[in-house]
Amino acid sequence: MSVASADTLPRSRRLSIDWVNAAFRIGLLLLSLLFAFLIGAVVLLLLGANPLVAYSTMFTGVFGSVYGVTQSLVKATPLLLVGLGICIAFRASVINIGAEGQLILGALMATWFSLQFRTWPSWLLIPTTIILGFLAGAAWGFIPGILKARLEVNEILTTVMMNAIALQLMNLLLSGPLIDPAGITAGTYLAQSERLPEAVWLPRLVPQTLLHSGAIIAVLLAIAVYIFLWRTTIGYRIRAVGLNPDASRYAGIKVPFYQALSLTLAGGFAGLAGVVEVIGVQHRLLEGITSGYGFSGIVTALFGGLHPLGVIPASWLFGSLLVGADKMQRAVQVPSALVDMLSGLIVLFVIGSQWIANRWSKRRMAAAAGAKR
Amino acid sequence: MSEIFSVTVLVGILASAIRLATPYLYAAIGESFAQTSGVVNLGVEGIMLVGAFAGFYVALFTGNLWLGLLAAVIAGILMGLLMSFISVTLRAEQGISGIGLFMFGLGLSSLLFKTTIGTVKTIVGFPPLKIPVLGDIPIPLAWWLLDKTTLGLKTKAVGQNPAAADSLGVSVLRNRYFNVCLGAALAGVAGASLSLSLVNLFQENLTAGMGFIAVALVYFGGWRPLGILAGALLFSTVNAIQLWVQVLGIGIPADIAVMLPYLLTIVALAVTANRARQPAALNKPFERGEN
Amino acid sequence: MKTRSWLVVLLVMAVLAAGCAQPAAPAAGGAAGKPLRVAVVMPSATTDMAFSQSMFEALKGVQKELGGEKAMELKYSENMFKVPDAAAALRDYASQGFDIVIGHGSQYGSSIQEIAKDFPKTTFAWGTDVNTFGLPNVYAYTAAAEEGGYVNGVLAGKLSKAKKIGVTGPVEVGDAKTYIDGFVQGVESVDKNIKVSKTWTGSFSDVALMTEAAKTHIASGADTLTGSSQSVVGSIGAAKDKGNVLWFGTQADQASLGQNFVVASQVYDWNGILKEMIENRKKGKLGGEKFVLQLKNGGLKISYNPGYKLPDDVKKAGDAAIEGIKSGSIKVNP
Repeated sequence: MSVASADTLPRSRRLSIDWVNAAFRIGLLLLSLLFAFLIGAVVLLLLGANPLVAYSTMFTGVFGSVYGVTQSLVKATPLLLVGLGICIAFRASVINIGAEGQLILGALMATWFSLQFRTWPSWLLIPTTIILGFLAGAAWGFIPGILKARLEVNEILTTVMMNAIALQLMNLLLSGPLIDPAGITAGTYLAQSERLPEAVWLPRLVPQTLLHSGAIIAVLLAIAVYIFLWRTTIGYRIRAVGLNPDASRYAGIKVPFYQALSLTLAGGFAGLAGVVEVIGVQHRLLEGITSGYGFSGIVTALFGGLHPLGVIPASWLFGSLLVGADKMQRAVQVPSALVDMLSGLIVLFVIGSQWIANRWSKRRMAAAAGAKR
Repeated sequence: MSEIFSVTVLVGILASAIRLATPYLYAAIGESFAQTSGVVNLGVEGIMLVGAFAGFYVALFTGNLWLGLLAAVIAGILMGLLMSFISVTLRAEQGISGIGLFMFGLGLSSLLFKTTIGTVKTIVGFPPLKIPVLGDIPIPLAWWLLDKTTLGLKTKAVGQNPAAADSLGVSVLRNRYFNVCLGAALAGVAGASLSLSLVNLFQENLTAGMGFIAVALVYFGGWRPLGILAGALLFSTVNAIQLWVQVLGIGIPADIAVMLPYLLTIVALAVTANRARQPAALNKPFERGEN
Repeated sequence: MKTRSWLVVLLVMAVLAAGCAQPAAPAAGGAAGKPLRVAVVMPSATTDMAFSQSMFEALKGVQKELGGEKAMELKYSENMFKVPDAAAALRDYASQGFDIVIGHGSQYGSSIQEIAKDFPKTTFAWGTDVNTFGLPNVYAYTAAAEEGGYVNGVLAGKLSKAKKIGVTGPVEVGDAKTYIDGFVQGVESVDKNIKVSKTWTGSFSDVALMTEAAKTHIASGADTLTGSSQSVVGSIGAAKDKGNVLWFGTQADQASLGQNFVVASQVYDWNGILKEMIENRKKGKLGGEKFVLQLKNGGLKISYNPGYKLPDDVKKAGDAAIEGIKSGSIKVNP
């Protein structure tokens, strides 16, 4: 699953599903998870905790209650949105490390705008806020995009640097123009904005949980991105640029333009993740709003095979993993660092197992082709 | 305003810049080895953390700084082996395995810190001047290794055209293992330069994003040691200047001052238009008979 | 092909996982006679030498006083800087039947407000803030960090020979801001000619930049430093390297990091308010009050480092400032 590998097979072939292959891949995925958890179990034992208790609470913590399930979906939503942007960028062979910063810009815009126009009715305020947040993130993605297109400035460098700039921009606004006036009156000066007007809050889907309608928006957008990438000319060109830039150039496709475009769109989707965090979950802007989603979104997109529809279950599984791991930490009272370590191991083992799966299915196809002959 | 041009300040800026540049320099030079051979390692941050911890732990309990440095190198190499196994042997997508390595390193170093040392302790580290002097070594060494030795030529070949290198009898896998591990060892030293010389302590998430900046600086330097040196010094000098600007009370909001190094690095690269071509096989796993 | 089958794999996994869902476990109740159950959720590590550590140690202290684990069960979640995770943790502890659930971060306010309504029998406490949302089961607590800042400022003003003091802060918000504002007022009360310069690193965790900020202050001639956040361990290290630079701490007692140059630390002592909450709960009062750690109520303490020989007249000036703030004759603005 290298970045450049899009499904190149004609559509008729892609519709048939190879069940044996799928079963093998599931088995392998479970095996690599098992391997990661075994190492985790050794560490848990060393820390004096019971791995069986730890892992069973991890599982029931996610799947055993309505709250657990909804909480995984709450975490999955920004991961999905960031992941969609990453799909578009990586499909054009553009590596976007800047989702953290783009997310911040979306969140800043959503906060500023909804506070500024707090008297607007919901039906007008929510869509406008969402669109402007998308545009703010897109603008943050456009800068590295245009620098790459016009001046060939490497996008990894610019996006890493622009994350730091976005963070300072947020610090600047949260220590002055956007700071909660109540914090000044009370003398606490906390780094958070005023609470947003209720008109901009996304409706909650399940009472007493954080699950908000942003989750539905994200899924719909995933379908939209799929249609965009596979059913439109622009989407086709973006994928062509990623698959083979030289061939695309000869075919008359403006490679830099489509790379800049993909980075801009990627920024927009990360910006959306910031918007839904602010208007769906927190209802205000806080320091630490990104929660590292900009990085875990990359992992999610790649787990989803850089396919917009694949990112849906991938984001849900990754969200579940994060929720379950926190639950485990609470149950057996081990340092939270174990959660990071375990997530890292899972990422490494799962991604490592894919090559084995690819090689196996390739051999199987070769054998099948040989048998036919 | 004129204060900023006084001798004290200029000397201060220079000293600060060299100190601040040290970890970036080691980590970025290390990363450039890995990338020249065709492997993007985004896990530098995680390796630095593990190196910083290992170095600090050993130095704290043996009282020997050199043993600490050695421990950091070994820890770095072990992390490098893990990265190589996943992304070279198992041909995993490099961006994702790097992020996995970062998460693993962050978790591992914090977990070990919590269970062994448990609280912030300080040591007497290498004198602040010693590491910068050491810091001069990687540049000529890297230049010599990459440009003057057979190994360097092989590395470049592996990064440009692994299939051709392979057909000439160069082991692509072995070469990439070597370079990733060399890079990781240097990332370990970068971490130790923090915990054993610059701040003389370990704390969770000590590196606070430096590893990612180091990766960015490799692109700034266009995979050339001198370019990387220029990038690291530019970034750190602007950082040192902004600290002095704040200390002298020149009226720029602090948040904007802190932005400057990041902003100017982008501007500098855009203006100088350093258009080095990246190694052609960068970020592409090698599979015999496919590439 | 490859992508497609991964899609299928993930979908099947999803279905499998959903199929395994189990009904919710019943929440355990905190019946009488059982130990008091306290849970705390903190934004940074329990070993941060600052905000989280001060609370965690106070909780452990209270636990010891009450008679150990048999009398008080204590569970914690650290590094919960992601608010949705913290919200999940808070709700989880509440539904497990914990008696007192503490959200030790000002960013947790909205979460506490929502969750506390669903668990009317649980006591919630959160800070630093002053808002109990009008709920009868929520306590809010904050620290008047400017008070200790003022005292430290008075001491620093008296001790600085160079008349140059450096302040290393993270971001100009919260108690980092109020502490430093108080500190500057304290210095000015001693001598308006003393120059206090401030640097902000833009990060709560960047130890390397914090170290360099402190070194820059020292190079510019400052002989006395202070600062806030978990990254000031770097500044303390810089002061130690230089040798003749004094340090003033806040949040936790930082004397352990510098036997002979840490003059004094403002210590947040949550012990008092924690015990008050426990007492109130026994009497049936679950919340609805705000606590402010102050010098007056013993929540803030100035801890002089016994390893540093403080001249008598300076100590007198410090004690006078403490008394002045306690009695109200000195007003410190946050």
